[in-house]
Amino acid sequence: MKLDYAQSRQPFALPGWLAKLIWPVAALALLLAFNLFFTKQFFKLEIRDGHFYGCLIDILNRGSQVMLLSLGMTLVLATGGVDLSVGAVMAIAGAVAAEMINVPAMPFPLVIAAALAISVLAGVWNGLLVGVFRIQPIVATLVLMVAGRGVAQLITGGQYTTFTDSRLVFLGNGHFLGLPFPVTIVAVMFAITAILTRKTALGLFVESVGDNETASHYAGISSRTVKFMAYVFAGFCAGLAGIVAAANIKCADSNHIGLFLELDAILAVVVGGTALAGGRFYLFGSIVGALLIQTLTTTMYMRDVSPEVAPVPKAIVIILVCLIQSPAFHQQVRKLFTRKATA
Amino acid sequence: MPDQLLQMQGISKRFPGVLALDRVDFTLRRGQIHGLMGENGAGKSTLVKTLTGVHRRDAGTVLLDGQPIDPRSPKQAEALGISTVYQEVNLIPHLSVAENICLGREPTRFGRICWRAVSQRAEAAISRLDLHIDVSKELSSCSIAIQQMVAIARALDIDARLLILDEPTSSLDENESQELFGVMRKLRDQGLGIIFITHFLDQVYEVSDHITVLRDGRLVGEYETASLQRVDLVSRMIGKDFSQIEAARHAPPTASATTAPHKEKFVQVSALTRQGSIAPIDITIARGETVGLAGLLGSGRTETARLLFGIDKPDSGSITVDGQLVSISSPRQAIRLGFAFTPENRKVEGIIPHLSVRENIILAIQANKGIWAALSRAEQLRIADSFITALGIKTPSPEQAVANLSGGNQQKVLLARWLANHPRLFILDEPTRGIDVGAKAEIEKLIASLCAEGMAILFISSELEEVVRDCQRVVVLRDRAKVGEFTGDQISEHAIMQTIARHEHEA
Repeated sequence: MKLDYAQSRQPFALPGWLAKLIWPVAALALLLAFNLFFTKQFFKLEIRDGHFYGCLIDILNRGSQVMLLSLGMTLVLATGGVDLSVGAVMAIAGAVAAEMINVPAMPFPLVIAAALAISVLAGVWNGLLVGVFRIQPIVATLVLMVAGRGVAQLITGGQYTTFTDSRLVFLGNGHFLGLPFPVTIVAVMFAITAILTRKTALGLFVESVGDNETASHYAGISSRTVKFMAYVFAGFCAGLAGIVAAANIKCADSNHIGLFLELDAILAVVVGGTALAGGRFYLFGSIVGALLIQTLTTTMYMRDVSPEVAPVPKAIVIILVCLIQSPAFHQQVRKLFTRKATA
Repeated sequence: MPDQLLQMQGISKRFPGVLALDRVDFTLRRGQIHGLMGENGAGKSTLVKTLTGVHRRDAGTVLLDGQPIDPRSPKQAEALGISTVYQEVNLIPHLSVAENICLGREPTRFGRICWRAVSQRAEAAISRLDLHIDVSKELSSCSIAIQQMVAIARALDIDARLLILDEPTSSLDENESQELFGVMRKLRDQGLGIIFITHFLDQVYEVSDHITVLRDGRLVGEYETASLQRVDLVSRMIGKDFSQIEAARHAPPTASATTAPHKEKFVQVSALTRQGSIAPIDITIARGETVGLAGLLGSGRTETARLLFGIDKPDSGSITVDGQLVSISSPRQAIRLGFAFTPENRKVEGIIPHLSVRENIILAIQANKGIWAALSRAEQLRIADSFITALGIKTPSPEQAVANLSGGNQQKVLLARWLANHPRLFILDEPTRGIDVGAKAEIEKLIASLCAEGMAILFISSELEEVVRDCQRVVVLRDRAKVGEFTGDQISEHAIMQTIARHEHEA
């Protein structure tokens, strides 16, 4: 018995974060390699007007919304919670931005600030319900998930509010350094999140509360504050993603902006190595996870898989990545092999 | 042997790293209430669990009514007539009493539940206990005592031959306990065998016919309750031969000789109370003084520590620190006053398992500094390294996850977490439990040196030897109330043990 226990430990020791990253990165690399050999034009890059175009760029661009969401979602999942409302909050932020930009003489920074402020407010609401009133995160955030699109409809008066303001459109369609502008937003937000969590004690407290809330409480950490901040930050990220989404289609489409993206974001975080149960989180892993999901989607599209059945292969790949990460699955596989070896 | 209901012989059970049961024998007769006694880790619950199919024994034989049995699951055990009622009521609060009693074995007709039969069966089960309850009532609207009875009724509904009550009275008040004992006696007279596990000495003397004592996974002995002195029971549970202590009584105590009676008072607790947790208690702790809380498991030691550290809120009473009245309603407030607390249940309430040794050590300082004033990585490593060296924490690196360390080293990490925060009062709840002898000695040495530096220490231990060795004042608890206090030369294992064992009415 004792021997088994010793063997079940990893024979070689990678640093924890690297061991967690290795699977999503490997899956992404494998998928890209597959496309390199079997999908025509997947790696083709064009330069027009000094901007890059091509499948890879498309993946970065289209994946940007889920990447933004996954940053906030990482912190929320790490506290042991979940935020289902981020997709709906995107719709609210898009609606606010679209309505405000159409007000004559409205200063542009105020438009962005207002859209972000209302998203933060949504985060405060979630944070209060989960952190202060201790309502289960799924239920607490379900409220806004369901009601949020209604709020967005109220803001736009049930219309598809379109806009042409070039500054706002730039946020979704512009280019910077040859790449689509949303990529820059993701890069900056990634840096901000990394600094916010690792250069302050927020990251430590989030992991501590997610890993053992009672012990954290006894050590003097206010789990209420920590959870509150995680949801507020998730709201902020959703606001940014919503602005990008609206800017991309030049319209506040309250029914479709961010639809089901909360699920993609949760998947991205989990594929990236952060456990749903909370504890250690991996920001970079979440970004890789989001890219993996988007690459899968684009691959289906490029290979003419009809959109109706595209989710099926996607689901298969994601299940595989999650299984590979599961210690229980490792054990089962090992058992299978040792049995074969002894037989 | 028609009289013997259950015979367990040579039961052994090994868990990774520990021998939880070592060739234990246990015999229960029909119509007998048999108390199973022992301190933490004695093997009571493991023994019961091998009987109820939760664990499988590694060795030994079990005969029920003369038939060998080997239950592989609680369901099989139930089918054999072995029923268990646990400490916490394991029922569904929002179902009716009748539904709870028949849950999982509802009488059916044509594949559908026959509700009339359900309530008839429930009424029959309840009336066996001489209770009169409306079985259609929702369970959560009944008192805890009634819920406990319903759990027993449920256990009896399977035609139980053997009933196991695992700390059934821990959430009951005196009257409710009496009611339960009435039911137990009635069942005994009906010929049932009852195994009764409790931490309350008074209760085991009141209701049981026989007592079996376990210690460290071994059988100490089986006794007739009437002929077993309380002080003998206590000494057998904690593994001290009373006569030996008696002989050594006049030898001068070692550490306690250094008592300084005129030290300034630091923390003064007066009449601190919490319903169902601890009766009004007074404790005074001076700077540079180690005060021990002695008593058996469940005597209110941990409960007192939790009140003092703000984890539970007191119903009444007061705490003063340096003569100032303070209110402590959360660990954060306690920490701000300079308190620190290492809990008894290290794994569940102490360590953050998947974070590194470094992160676990700096957690309390960082919590004190707040989110924004983060310690730099270099500063964290310096603090962690200094404590790893100072306390001799054995870890391959400060980045190792704490979960991978041994119990003793985890405990040292917790001590380091608080010492880094420079506490003025350190509450240590069973700091030496479950750790090896070497680490134990180191921790005791550390306590002595902290005390010498002027720290106030509240030391909780179920090992009397440690309490006597390390404390200058000892508060003795029994059944969730303070029953005595000793200082200086008065402190001896003998005196403490007698206080614990003394019957209230004898005193």
